[in-house]
Amino acid sequence: MNATATVLPSMGGPLRGLSTFFYRRSTLYLFLLLVPPLLWLGTVYLGTLFALLMQSFYSIDEFTAQIVRKPTLATYKALVTQPANLDIVFRTMSMAVCVTIASAIIAFPIANYMVRYASSRAKAVFYVAVLVPMWTSYLVKVYAWRLILAKEGILSWFFHAIGADALLEAILQAPGIGGPSVASSYLGMFIVFVYMWLPYMILPIAAALERVPGSLIQASADLGARPATTFRTVIFPLAMPGLAAGSIFTFSLTLGDYIIPSIVGAPGYFIGMMVYQQQGTAGNIPLAAAFSVVPIVLIALYLAFVKRLGAFDAL
Amino acid sequence: MTAAVEFRDVARTFGEVRAVDRVSLSIESGEFFAMLGPSGSGKTTCLRLIAGFDLPDSGHVLLDGQDVSDVPPYERSVNTVFQDYALFPHMTVLENVAYGPRVRKVSSAERATRARQMLDLVKLAGFEDRRPAQLSGGQKQRVALARALINEPKVLLLDEPLGALDLKLREEMQIELRNLQRRLGITFVYVTHDQGEALSMSDRVAVFNQGRIEQMASARELYTRPRTAFVARFVGGANVAAGDVAQKLCGASQPFAVRPESVQVLAPSDAPTGLVVADGAVLDVQYHGATSRWQVKLDAGEIFSATRNASEPVKVPSAPGDRVRLAWSRDAMVALEAQ
Amino acid sequence: MRRNRTPLGARVAAYAGLAFMHFPVLIILLYAFTTEDRTYQFPPPGLTLHWFDIAFSRSDMWAALRLSVAVATAATLGALMLGTLAAFALARGSFRGKQTLTLLFAMPIALPGIITGIALLSAIKLARLDPGYWTIVAGHATFCIVIVHNNVIARLRRIPASWIEASMDLGADGLQTFRHVLLPQVGTALLAGGMLAFALSFDEIIVTIFTSGHEKTLPIWFFSELFRPRDRPVTNVVAVMVIAVTLVPIVLAYYLTRPKEERS
Repeated sequence: MNATATVLPSMGGPLRGLSTFFYRRSTLYLFLLLVPPLLWLGTVYLGTLFALLMQSFYSIDEFTAQIVRKPTLATYKALVTQPANLDIVFRTMSMAVCVTIASAIIAFPIANYMVRYASSRAKAVFYVAVLVPMWTSYLVKVYAWRLILAKEGILSWFFHAIGADALLEAILQAPGIGGPSVASSYLGMFIVFVYMWLPYMILPIAAALERVPGSLIQASADLGARPATTFRTVIFPLAMPGLAAGSIFTFSLTLGDYIIPSIVGAPGYFIGMMVYQQQGTAGNIPLAAAFSVVPIVLIALYLAFVKRLGAFDAL
Repeated sequence: MTAAVEFRDVARTFGEVRAVDRVSLSIESGEFFAMLGPSGSGKTTCLRLIAGFDLPDSGHVLLDGQDVSDVPPYERSVNTVFQDYALFPHMTVLENVAYGPRVRKVSSAERATRARQMLDLVKLAGFEDRRPAQLSGGQKQRVALARALINEPKVLLLDEPLGALDLKLREEMQIELRNLQRRLGITFVYVTHDQGEALSMSDRVAVFNQGRIEQMASARELYTRPRTAFVARFVGGANVAAGDVAQKLCGASQPFAVRPESVQVLAPSDAPTGLVVADGAVLDVQYHGATSRWQVKLDAGEIFSATRNASEPVKVPSAPGDRVRLAWSRDAMVALEAQ
Repeated sequence: MRRNRTPLGARVAAYAGLAFMHFPVLIILLYAFTTEDRTYQFPPPGLTLHWFDIAFSRSDMWAALRLSVAVATAATLGALMLGTLAAFALARGSFRGKQTLTLLFAMPIALPGIITGIALLSAIKLARLDPGYWTIVAGHATFCIVIVHNNVIARLRRIPASWIEASMDLGADGLQTFRHVLLPQVGTALLAGGMLAFALSFDEIIVTIFTSGHEKTLPIWFFSELFRPRDRPVTNVVAVMVIAVTLVPIVLAYYLTRPKEERS
């Protein structure tokens, strides 16, 4: 045995000294790691959000069209008292809710099959098959739907091919969801929204279902429950956090979107479009800011609600 | 002689829990020292304090007489065999074993030779190019051992290394480890919750309970002269008669312990001379091949167990509920510290 | 858990859903070859490669493409550095305020892009800056940091603490442990995060519209082309190109980040 002491002589070298320095001061090390990203996010993200919030408390002078930098609640008052504005908020919210429900209904069977029934090869294929549309260019997807839903596009061709022209006409005449063509109707917008956010709903549900141990399902069957009962009492409640997590995305993404309503949809305004328009041509940034606060508040409320369903653990 | 490892009044608290509560011990160089105790008793935390992964909140940890509170793990001549082996999956077996010399800037050729020698030592020659994922539990364990020993540490720490192996393999490895330690002469500090393992392998054992050492002595002494009720029960499963039960049974003022093999099982009518007797009802009799283990609920309140050899003729009723008389000599009683 | 007999309904529903998700993209592919240039007529009257020529000769398209690549590269590099630092800081241990920080790192993705966009724009106007290349990069880098951070931290959390301890126990200091043990493990996550960030930045439009001023990235170019009646199939061709460019990194990133047990 060699005769070295139990404490080895330091191998020297400045890098090792540096390493040891930080080893004893782990808080300092943590701090140094966090400073650059926090600095960035703090200024570029939080800072700008704060600037936006401040802007919402300013107002625009009607005559000079200049921003008056004095804190006031006038802009918010304009927001909530004008019925047209409230219409916009209501319209956007109802679309968000409908889209969330529909995505959940469509996504669940896909996630369910993927996790519980697919062989491992099929499962890998499914995952890629869900990821690919998710990451395919946003604009390309919206544009594709515009093609499909257009007056002379695939949808009309399909209805014509199965002899259901009259049905298509009837749908288009329906109040609220109809329009001159599906591509400029709320129904069209609804279909596109559901399509776009579907992967964001599928993945969290699949993740939550993956976490359900097979032994629970077997135990349920062992205790005499039929598959439908097992689903209702065991699987669905455990998948709920995943559903809640996915709904955060569908809700929040729909609330803030301004591109889809402008490419596919009826003339009625949505929150996102209002924000875009107000800051653009109208130059009324305070009103645009006030309008953007609405989705923030709604999403915050929704997050608080959904946290109780366990969504945060499923993210 | 300076102790290889010394703890002076060491304490370590995690949140509300006192994982190590004023522990002092001293481990001699070249000793096979075991830290025994149930989970959560503080033995693993002590091991980590020796290795350097954790620092004490108060007290001192000394290696070779030197206070090491300031010394990071990579500057201690102490190596660890982890419970989960912690082999690096992206390296081959040889690269894993040669890791220590590699980070100490030993040349590539020399470290390959030394690594091969170590693999020979642990009987894994020929496995150099395999990956950890391709090894069995026992093989992974040997790689972890080789990887630690190649650095010629003064102290080797083993954290429940045999827990994941099956019984036969475990017994083989126990013998191998003991022989290895004798051959190399390194101080081994071995953490386990298995008292049989600790007793059979070590020179001395420290029995941990709730962050404190209840007794630290040789295996034989722990077994024959336990100091506290916990040690008596944990090491060898002795019968313990606490306070008032001790009074009721034989007028003893202090708690005492009696090993099951010193307790005889007699018929209720037997009256042996010079022995302490206690009557009770049979709870269960377990057949263990060469012996059988009787569990009897004494009238005085405790449950005592007695082991009987298969060679003894069964003269007593043995169905659950049957009345029996237990007897033991006063010499077999060990006085314990009052709680 | 595998059942021997999959309910037919479940299987049909799943595959139908999958088909629904994929067919719009296939339509785009089809329309890139159509001979009809003024309407979205289906079925297309004929197929041709003619539009690919026209698309490639549009210089404004190339300029937009170059800008998109430049922006994506800069944003990704910045995000790789900052996101990795953050991931290493937040991977282990608990400290006061950690939950808040985790929330902070989720916000750029949780809140709608329009809010990020308008916040950036109002800050730009307040500071009287000129929107352009750097403002676009700044906006993109922000959510790219989140993407990289998520990828790296997921991998870091899968590394058992005992590996790091074992490495230090064997004589390696922090830097050496990072080089020999952590980097090989985290490397693929870094690569995957970087590629995802690149694809995301390349495709970004929602925030970019606010921060680009007069500059045109490829998605913005695409957006403005959507409402032009002439050269419609050119837009389709560009769409196909964009799909091709962003698809490769996405699929690669997926294969790089699957846990080892799934690879056989």
